Amino acid sequence: PDLQDVPLSMFDNVYEPCEDTYLFLDTLECEREFLDSLQPSICLEIGSGNGCLITHLSRILSTPALCIATDINADAATVTSITARSNNASVEIILSDLLSSLRTRLESKADVILMNPPYVPTESSEVGTRDIAAAWAGGINGREVVDKALPIVKDLISPNGAFYLLLVEENKPVEVMRIMKSYGFKGQVLTAKRA
Amino acid sequence: MRLLTHNLLMCNRKGCSTNNFPLRINATNVTSESTDFNPDLIRNVLPKLDWAALSQTVGELSLPGLPEACPAADDDTSLQQLHQLIIDTHVKEGELICNGCGRSYPIKNGIPNMLLNEDEL
Repeated sequence: PDLQDVPLSMFDNVYEPCEDTYLFLDTLECEREFLDSLQPSICLEIGSGNGCLITHLSRILSTPALCIATDINADAATVTSITARSNNASVEIILSDLLSSLRTRLESKADVILMNPPYVPTESSEVGTRDIAAAWAGGINGREVVDKALPIVKDLISPNGAFYLLLVEENKPVEVMRIMKSYGFKGQVLTAKRA
Repeated sequence: MRLLTHNLLMCNRKGCSTNNFPLRINATNVTSESTDFNPDLIRNVLPKLDWAALSQTVGELSLPGLPEACPAADDDTSLQQLHQLIIDTHVKEGELICNGCGRSYPIKNGIPNMLLNEDEL
């Protein structure tokens, strides 16, 4: 997605697209056919930051779906809305912690959920801010936000839905897969890259 | 914020568990932005809509054009009316108010702020 309409100063407080963003975008691109086969009606992104992922998702689906992004950082929510609009994508933005305000009503109704979480291992105290640190500070093993999100994803995903999550080795992806399998998910590694 | 999105939002302040849906909209700016009608989109979201909540909200906003009951999947005329209401209608400025606990959630530039303070979590 094109980010030229986003004022550069916004990136002082919002995560700029980086290697992980591009890896995620490429993965979504490869998943096009599968995503269409799901015939999704509601797609979510947890923590959309610059908005590239949900914008791209909304644009590659052959049948339009309601795409909702959340972020805990008000500037990120604004940038997501600018990115979506300037790329003619129709995306709804909610300023929210993870998916809390949607949890009850969307139970088993979200067909696709995307998450490029804050995965950098940090002190626990760095987690939970409402600024750019929320984009990367992941707490112990970089897993604190991920671990909070997994049970919510389990509750919201529709029976045939798909959850796309980006992790780094320090996050112990095998363990995350095990947790998701205990929730009844089938998991697979779609792309892996050495940084 | 589209009315479709509003239909999914709930107050989740700690201890608030009754009458927390739908949130009442106190709007100062509501716009209509016409987009292409895609019957598949409306058909697909139909089962996910809370019709009673939608009808209450549309009434509160005094918007015309809500079909009397949740339309059948092949009723294109009603689906199109619904499209105009839930997809094309945007609440740009205002607030969402919980009828249960009275919490107000501001809406600015079309983005509802559902963040809670620490003592509300």
